[in-house]
This record gives sequence, C-alpha cells and structure tokens, in this order.
Amino acid sequence: MYRYYLSSSDFGFPQALLLLLVVLPAVGAAVVALFPATRDRQARILATVVAGGTFAISLLLPLFPSSDRGWFAYTPLSSSPQLPWIDLDLPWVPDLGLRFHLAVDGISYPLVVLTGLLTVLCCAYTIRGSGRALSALLLVLEVGVLGTFLAFDLILFFVFFEVVLLPMYAVIAGWGGPDRRAAARKFVLYTLAGSVLLLLGVLLVVTRAGTGDLIALAGGGTLTRTTQCVAFALLAVAFAIKAPLWPLHTWLPDAHTEAPTVGSVILAGVLLKMGTYGLIRVAVGVLPQGAAWASPVLGALAAIAILAGSLICLRQHDLKRLIAYSSVGHMGFVLLGIATLTATGIQAALLGNVAHGLITGLLFFLAGAIKDRAGTGSLEQLSGLRETAPRLAGLFAFAAIASLGLPGLAGFWGEAFAVVAAVHRGGPLWITLAVLAAIGGALTAAYLLRLLRRVTHGPATPAVHAMSPAIAPAEWFAWAPLIALTLAVGLVPALVLTDTLGVQP
Amino acid sequence: MTAAGVLGVLLPGVPLILGLVGLLLTPGDDAGGVRRSAAALGIAGAGIALADAIALLAVATSRSEPLAAGTTWASIGGIDVTLAFSAGPAALYVAIAVCSVALAVQVYSVTYLHDDPRYAPYAAQVSLFTGAMLLVVTSGDLILLLVGWEVMGACSYLLIGHDRRLPEAPAAAMKAFLVTRVGDVGFLLGIALLISGAGTSRISEVLAFDFDRGTLVAALLLILAGVAGKSAQFPLHTWLPDAMAGPTPISALIHAATMVAAGVYVVFRAYPLFERSPAVLATLAVMASITILLGALSATAQDDLKRVLAWSTVSQIGYMTGALAVGSPAAALFHLLTHAAFKALLFLAAGAVIHAVGTNHLSRMGGLREHMPVTFWTFVIGLGALAGVPPLAGFWSKENVLTAAAHATEGTEPVPVWAGWLVWISALLAVAITAWYSARLLLRVFFGPSRQHGPDGPDWEIGFDDARYTEPAVPHDPPTLMRWPIVLLGIPAALLGLAAFAPGFRHALELEDPHLGVAVVLPLVLLTAGAGAAWWLWTAVPGVDPAEALGRARPLFAAGFHLDRVQSLLVVRPVRALARWLTVADERGIDAAVHGTGTGVSRLGAIFADGHRVALPAAAVLVCLGALVLGLVAWLGALA
Repeated sequence: MYRYYLSSSDFGFPQALLLLLVVLPAVGAAVVALFPATRDRQARILATVVAGGTFAISLLLPLFPSSDRGWFAYTPLSSSPQLPWIDLDLPWVPDLGLRFHLAVDGISYPLVVLTGLLTVLCCAYTIRGSGRALSALLLVLEVGVLGTFLAFDLILFFVFFEVVLLPMYAVIAGWGGPDRRAAARKFVLYTLAGSVLLLLGVLLVVTRAGTGDLIALAGGGTLTRTTQCVAFALLAVAFAIKAPLWPLHTWLPDAHTEAPTVGSVILAGVLLKMGTYGLIRVAVGVLPQGAAWASPVLGALAAIAILAGSLICLRQHDLKRLIAYSSVGHMGFVLLGIATLTATGIQAALLGNVAHGLITGLLFFLAGAIKDRAGTGSLEQLSGLRETAPRLAGLFAFAAIASLGLPGLAGFWGEAFAVVAAVHRGGPLWITLAVLAAIGGALTAAYLLRLLRRVTHGPATPAVHAMSPAIAPAEWFAWAPLIALTLAVGLVPALVLTDTLGVQP
Repeated sequence: MTAAGVLGVLLPGVPLILGLVGLLLTPGDDAGGVRRSAAALGIAGAGIALADAIALLAVATSRSEPLAAGTTWASIGGIDVTLAFSAGPAALYVAIAVCSVALAVQVYSVTYLHDDPRYAPYAAQVSLFTGAMLLVVTSGDLILLLVGWEVMGACSYLLIGHDRRLPEAPAAAMKAFLVTRVGDVGFLLGIALLISGAGTSRISEVLAFDFDRGTLVAALLLILAGVAGKSAQFPLHTWLPDAMAGPTPISALIHAATMVAAGVYVVFRAYPLFERSPAVLATLAVMASITILLGALSATAQDDLKRVLAWSTVSQIGYMTGALAVGSPAAALFHLLTHAAFKALLFLAAGAVIHAVGTNHLSRMGGLREHMPVTFWTFVIGLGALAGVPPLAGFWSKENVLTAAAHATEGTEPVPVWAGWLVWISALLAVAITAWYSARLLLRVFFGPSRQHGPDGPDWEIGFDDARYTEPAVPHDPPTLMRWPIVLLGIPAALLGLAAFAPGFRHALELEDPHLGVAVVLPLVLLTAGAGAAWWLWTAVPGVDPAEALGRARPLFAAGFHLDRVQSLLVVRPVRALARWLTVADERGIDAAVHGTGTGVSRLGAIFADGHRVALPAAAVLVCLGALVLGLVAWLGALA
C-alpha cells in the first residue's frame, strides 16, 4: 500500500548520527532510571552528560550534508519538494508498510538544536535539586520531541508526538506545585483529545494518499480538495491544542503554573513548538489546499489569541501564570505568520518559534528562581527586587524586554514580520488582522511593563527582603546560553533562517 | 568595505558595544573601580562617536552623494533586510549634535550621580541610548531604523525609572514607554505597508518607489502616529512632562538630541514621500499647531522648573514638525540643531540649580543670581535662545520656520494654504507666550528674594543659649565636571544660529540664504510684548508669581488641559475593562466549558456504572433483552 519515494536508502555516518539523536537519550533515560537511589546525584550528572552528548550531536548535523542533496541545493519557491540534508529511511513494520524515516532540514534543524539545548540546561539545573527520575523523564521527553521534529513518516510522527504526553504528565504530577494533580490531569486529557483528532487526520491522509512519507506527500500529492479540507480541519485542531491557539488554550496556564521550573521551561520552550511545527510541516506542507481554505479562520483566531492573551495577562496576579498566558499571545504571532501562508509569514513563524523558546524558557527559569527564593509567586508580595537582588532584577528586566519584542533581540523578528506578512497578504481581512496583531504588540508591552513595575520597582516587600541575591553556578549555566542566544538571534536572525527559503506551502 | 563604511558602522556601533559592555559591570555599592570604568566607558563611547561623526562629515562634505554602505542582514521570505549605513551631511550634523550632547551628559553625570550606587548601569544605558539614536540617524534601512527607534524607547524606560527615591518614577517610565509604543503600533504598520509595497526595506529604494496614492497616505499617516509618540506631539505628548521623573541629565538627553528629535528626523528622512501627499502634510500641520500652543500655554503655569522646560520642548518640537508640514525640512532640521544646543544647556543648568537648592519647585527658588553667576548667565543664554532673542541661536532657526510658514500661506508649497496660515499664526502666538514664560522662569529662579524656606520663613531651633535659626545653605555654582559641559554648550546655544551664514552648513541643510526683512519685526514685537508683560507683572506686584495673572486658566494650563484624564478615560480604562471582562470570560466561559466536558463525561460514566449495578431480577430481564436484541440482529443478518 506504500509507494516508496526513495527506493534505496544509504546508511552512512550522517544517518548514524541522526539515529543516535533519538537513541542516545532513550538509552540514557533507561540507564539513569536504573541507578540505585544512593547514587542519585551521579545519575543526574550522567543525565546531563547524555543530554550534552545529544546536543553536541545535533550541532554536528550541518557538517554532514548527505551526498548530492547538499543543503545549498534549494531553489526558492520551488515546486519540487524540499529535500532534507540528511535522510534515514529504514523499514520498520514491513507488513504494514511502516517505515522508520528520519530526516532533518532547515525547518526542523533550529528546533532540534533548541530542544537539545533546553534539555541540557534543564538537566544541569536539576543537578541542584533531587530525583533522578525527573532527569530520566526529561530525557524521555527529549526523545519524543526530537523524534517529532525528525520524523518524516506520518505514522512515526504520530508515535513520537504521543511519546511526549505521559512523561510530561509525570513531571507535572510528580514535581509540581500544590495543585499539580488536577493540572496534570487536565493537561493529559486535553492533549489526548487532540491526539485522537491527530490520529484520525494522519490515518485519513495515509489511507487516501497511500503513503505516509512526508517528502512524497509534500505539496498535497494526489489528495483531493475535500480530503485535504477534512484532514486539515482534523490536524489543525490537534496542533492548535498543542500550540495552543485560542480558544483551545486553557490547559496551558494550569500546566505551566503547576509544573516545576524545568517542566515549565520544556513545556514552553519545546512542547508548544510541536504544535506549530506540525502545522507547518504536516498540515500546511501536506495539505496546501486545505490550508488555503482554512487560513482566514486560523488567522482570525491567531489575532484573537494575541489580543486575548495579552489582555488576560494584564489581569494576572501570579508570576508564572502571567508568563504562561503570555505564551498564548506569543504563539498567536507564530500562528498568524503560518496562517498568512506566505513565505515571509512562515519564516517569521520559524523565527518566532525559536525566539519564544529561548525567551520564555529564560523567563520561566528566572520566575522559578524568584519564586524559589521569595517563597511566593504572587505579584502582590513581590516588589522591589532591584533593591535586594539587582542582578536578578536586571536579568528579569532583560528577559521581559526581550519578550515584548524589542528589536535587536530575538523576539522582534517573528512578531514584526508576522505583521509584515499579514500586510503583505493584503485585503481587508488580513490588514485588519495585522492591525490587531500590532495593537497586541503594544498590549504585550503593557503587561510586561506592569510585571516589571510590580516585581522590580518600588520598595522591597518582606518576602523580597529576605531573598538571597546570590546566583548559583548551575543557574548561571542554565541562563547564560539563553541570554546570549536571545541577543545573538536578535542580531543575526540568519542563524535560524539558514535553508528555510524553500519553504512554500 | 570602504573607510567611510567602516566609520559609518562604528558611529552607532561604538556606543552600542560599549554600552553592552558597561551593562556587564557589577552593579552594587563597591564604588571605586567600577564607577571609574563605567564613567570611562560612557565618556569614551560618546567621545569616540563624536570624533567619528566629525571625520565622517569631513568625508561627506567632499562628496556630492550621501555616504552609503550595506550588506544583507536577513532575507525573510524574499524581503531583504539590509544592515545599511547611509548618511549625508545633514544627517551627520544631527549625529554631531547627538554625540556632543551625549558627551556633555556623560561628563556631567559623573558628578551629578556621584553618590548613586547604580551609576554603572546608568552610564551604560546612556551609551545604548546614544547608539540607538545614532542608528536612527544613520540607518539606510527601515527595519534597522526601527531597531534604533525601539531600543531608544526601552532605554528611555530604564533611565526614566532610574531614580529609586522617587515613587512616581516607575509609573512615569512605564507611561513613556507605553505611550510611545502605542504610537509605534502605527509606525510598525506604516513601515510594513511601505515594505510590502516596495518589496524592500532599503530606504533609498523605498523613497524612490512609486506607491499608489491610498497606500502612501495610509502608510504615512500611520508613520505619523509613531512620530507623534516619539516626538511628543499632540495627542501622544502626555508622557513627556511625566518623564521629568528621570534624572536631570537624562531629561537633557531625551529632550535635546535623542528621542524627541527622532520623530522629526524620520519625517525629514522620508520627506520625499511626505512631499507627495498634501493630505498628510495638512494633518501634520494641524498636529503641529495644536502642539505648539498646547505646549507653550501649559509651560506658563508650571511650578516645577523641569516641567516648564518639558512643556517648552513639546512646543518647540511643534515648531519643527510645523516647519516640516509647511514644506521646509531644512528649517525643521536647523531648529532641531539649535534646540538641541539650548535645551541641553537649559536642562543641565537646571540640574545645577536643583543640585544647589535641593528642589524642583520655582516657589522655593529665587535670588540665585548672586550665588550662581555662571549658571545664571548660561541660563540667560539658554532662555534667550529659547525665546528667540537675536542674535542667539533660537532666533535664526525660529525665523526660518516662520518664514517657511509665511511662504506656505502663498500657496506655493504642496501643503494647503489654510494649513500654512494655521502653522504661521500659532507659531507667532507662541513666540509671545514663549517669551512670557521664559522671562517668568528667569525672574522666579534668579531674581527677587530667596524663597528657600517657604512662606513661613526659616525653621527656628530652640537651644540653651539662644533662639537661633538654621543658616540657609548658600547655593553655589556646580563643581567643575558639571560646570564645563554647561559652559561649553553655551557656545552653540549662542552662536549656532550664525552658522546659517556659513555656506557649507547652509548647503548641507539646504537652507535658504538668511535675510532679515520686515518680516522679522512682527516676531520681535511679539517677543518684546511677551517678555515685557512678564516683567511688568513681576515689578507691579513684587513677590508674586506672574502666573497668578492667568487666573482661572492656571489650573487648566498646569494640568496640561487635562489630556491625561482624557487619555485615561478613552484608552486606559476601556482596555482595563476589556481585560477584566475577557479574563472572566476565559475562566467562566472557555475554561468552564472544558471542565464541564470533563465532569459531563464522568457523570455519564457514573450513570452507566449505576446501570451495571441493578438488582438481580432487573439484571436478568436486561440480559434476556440483550439476548433478544442480539438474536434479532443475527436473524436480520441471516435474512439479508
């Protein structure tokens, strides 16, 4: 039932690296979990080493462009499918025609690196704490997320997409805040509902097209318009839950607020990206006619998400919850970029994805640090941070200012060019959406400045007064790369944009 | 890259990089070394940039075309964003003004903030601020310009909120950033329209592109919103008076050369586009006229020294946008340069006064002339230039603006005639008002008896030997590092106007030849009338604030025509209400629906579970029914 796009697949060193990228953390997770309780610290250090190794491998990938399909071989707006840099295509369940097809290209590569980086940082951050199980779960999460970004077969994509769910449930339910059980349950049930739709959509595409190979499917293949529309609706809702898109976002504030710091960082930093990545790669990439049909609705919801997210942030009284809601607004910009279905919009979305991962990751780290030190995350009890902990306050201000999309920092490109893309798309609807998104940008500034004013300015509250201003080495280790990259991506956006020009729905 | 290209990159680059380095210095109370290196970095940043700008000007004047260099920065979906430098002589004059003021501010701040433990980040932020403004001035790309534009906004936020002793500072900082950010909504959309129309963000190509009429008008009007925000034009000027909560050198920086000048400069830079659209110019003219009068009238009633100067900035920037509206970008830029000199001078001198008497309030000053002669004379020069007393700088540039406006009333410019009249009349009226409040300021601060102890006189201390009162601290001229920047700024504030007679300068700005005709008489008469009225009020009723003569209008003027309240009513409160409403809808609507689905399914499950726990007879009946149904189905199946 499958038409194989690639009749023969070579297996060389680059392919081995690709495979290692998902196998190494999986093995690492198993080993770490099997460590005896007395060796807890060593287990956590091992987990960090494994994550570091995985990250190092991810950095090696661009050095090995596979054979003649060099990574410079793209043609802008080409009609031929985008060919990946490295392609690994093995039979998996031959009787069902399932293939273990991994590949990496310019769209997924920045996200792969981001995942690798955030996992290292989170593993290193947990060395201070306790629980090797948490480290092992972080590695399992990495397997799922990396697999999702690398899978080039729809069924495989679905499998990896699902791998992420339960470890995240365990992270929230095991190490979360006081209300963790309810939040974890809500998270897992809500996203499982999305997975059902994803499965239906994937199966519909695979059975109708006769293949799950994303390279063969790119551009829609033989799918009829009706099939595309139905499948797009199913997939878009599934991915919209993950992203999350208003009004399917309500699992997110609870999950982020209750999750431990590293859980929030991974959730915001990479898990949400699975939704937008899936939307670009699968929904828009495979079903262009369906995407064209649904894009006005998607765009409108994205604009509402931006406005609603930022307005709701103005009313939040909890540090982590506010940052969680801010993700709704920021991901709204990413989704708006995708919805425009223009090359500018999609590239803006890719940039926005990475920027949000870096900046919100940093914000959650800092929020966690503040909350741990002050013992409270309530904005009423946090004030005058710059009096007692000027460094921490400075970093927090940096992260907040980056988050509001200051040009020169990472967040700017995705948001500004989502607006440019909407204007570029033209027509009354898209111009209106651009205006709404731009207003959302001003509101974003409003809530982040309100946050800064509450937290850093003014006289120090007792909770803040008792805080220790010292920043631990592990914290520096976790934060410094994010700070540096926020600046670097802001100054050199080409870092993320290499080889994505060929992206064309 | 050519030598000019390297110099061009270094111009904004040096202050920006030194600023970033400065931010890495340890903040804290361990003064000494950190302070010194922070000061060195700050002064070096401004100093090197100044030398660089002068060198570039030397190169630029020898060429006929503006200097330009650039490389691709990012390519986003076919839109090429370039890291482009582009500057003609006019831009470089602005750059020199920016660097000079920044240098003066950096040197002055070393002493002014001598006891501030957070001096290091302050100096670094001033460097960043300077670099960002230089980026706006020399950028050859719209996106790059936007970078400088917004970084400046963020720096202004950080610097206005710097003073931890002022409870109102954080709110003022937030207001400054947010109000300008609201304008930037328009700015971003306007730029997006231009970019998507022209397909590129390079300014030279955008300016040469033939936009269709509707797009152009929409884009320019949107850009004007951003300009109004940054340059404090009505109706987005409300942040500026509050921004006085920032340290005084910062006020000098924001008001003189950076930030508020940016908006005017951007219109100047994009003038080839504005020229094509009379409707936009007319809008600008209305905005400018309202701003000129609003600022001037509000300045008359303030009791806070810095607020008088702040409102005067609003009004003077109005002159610049007015000049732009009536078709004379050269006059606008000339006034920008002279204003940079005299306003920086005024703020730094005001800082010296505040430093000496420990208060911002005019009602607690007076009689400072004898104790602070240097400050007094620099103040006289600054206020004279502000009011437009010949031959000080402000006289010449204001004269240029008035001439341009008068010219526009003849209908030879693209702007409608009525708009020309509007700008001309409001600019003339404001000459008298400016003279009035300048004279009042001078009299209240430096003349008459000292009011340092308030209306009740000095505090009495009762001791064993005798009742005695505390010796009033004798105010004095500021220490060296604060005095020299003021004195040196006095030179351009006095003489820069005469530069209009220098052919090189005139050519760079494309100014017309200065001519002193009969038209000079009218503003001079108004000037004398304004200043004379203040003088007469002062001498007629000694010891009383001339502003008392405003009578019932005074509270209105002092509150800036209550536009803050209007803004709160029209924008802030609706947004808050919407946020409240949406949050409730999110929690009680959307989220409740999710929870409802969950509990609904659980209840359904419970009902089914109950169904499986019925008593034996009923269960037996159910089993039989089930068997019957299955049998029926099987039978039907067999039939079919």
